[in-house]
Amino acid sequence: MSEEIRNLGEFQLSVLREVGNIGAGHAATALSQLLGSEIQMNVPRVSVVGFEEISEIVGGSEKFVIGIFLRVEGEIPGSIFFLLQVESAKRLVADLIGTMGAAEPDEFSEMEISALQEIGNILAGSYLSSLADFTKKEMSPTPPAIAVDMAGAILSIGLVQLGADYALLVDTEFVQGERNIEGHFFMLPDPGSVSILFKSLGVDVQ
Amino acid sequence: MTVIRVGMADLNVAGVEESLRTTGLGSCVGIALYDPHTKVSGLAHIMLPTSTNANESNRAKYANTAVPLLIELMEKKGANKRRLTAKLAGGAQMFTFAGQSDLMRIGPRNVEAVKEALQLYTIPVVAEDTGGNCGRTIELFSADGSLVIRTAKQGVSTL
Repeated sequence: MSEEIRNLGEFQLSVLREVGNIGAGHAATALSQLLGSEIQMNVPRVSVVGFEEISEIVGGSEKFVIGIFLRVEGEIPGSIFFLLQVESAKRLVADLIGTMGAAEPDEFSEMEISALQEIGNILAGSYLSSLADFTKKEMSPTPPAIAVDMAGAILSIGLVQLGADYALLVDTEFVQGERNIEGHFFMLPDPGSVSILFKSLGVDVQ
Repeated sequence: MTVIRVGMADLNVAGVEESLRTTGLGSCVGIALYDPHTKVSGLAHIMLPTSTNANESNRAKYANTAVPLLIELMEKKGANKRRLTAKLAGGAQMFTFAGQSDLMRIGPRNVEAVKEALQLYTIPVVAEDTGGNCGRTIELFSADGSLVIRTAKQGVSTL
């Protein structure tokens, strides 16, 4: 199965980039509405990467980050991660609920955690509903789980699910310019999902 | 002193002037083996408990295939498997969900599988820092077999 992922050509990757772009566009709009300020996103990077490279994207496997993790259930199963620098997450939450009930700089209060869970819900929900429209496949996110720790330790839970040494990664960077909020939205389809995804889009895998 | 990096689903061995380092252990387990006589050390970063595939391409990824491979490489470097002792770190549960699925219990299952694999070779586990819910970075020093563990929230400790 990992071979199948490794053999994807530029055309297949560009299809995924476009699908990811539309999904992330919906997610960015939803987040902008929630926060009442504009969130920009870049065109997703779609790549086939080894385990180590995934954590390099957020600054190395020891980088202290906050990770929101959801499993995607349904016809195209996979994992979704939204990773934020701790300072970025703090600013994002302050926009949503103010600084009342905020914990110490390196810790998150229950209030802040549930606000972040809500952000994860909204991002993943809007991303997946646009993907579902596109593919006519059913998929839904599990409730989000949150961890504040080393990026490698957080991401490994998504990687163990893959059963392959390579992952297909759709990575979108969200930026809120003036307040310097930066986050990475990762979609990691399970290996079996890749061919289902392409078939539903009418794209030949070979 | 040279630091040898061990990646995720990877393993390596080292001699006296060297150390072995692996970063960001979450549910994964770091298996540190040491022969105090020859000062040969070996470190594996496993991700999953058991591989049932006899032709597994990446043996370092699974507890039951990584342990024999690590022993084999250490013996090639002069270690004697009857002298080996083990120290373990990792096997955390990084996320808690309302419904505890099998995926969430992967850390404790990894630790159990490593211990079973070590028992097959009668290698004693002399120290461990496993479980909990924090990520760990570990470094194994060949000079004395000490295992230094760094966590993001609880600082540094030595096994």
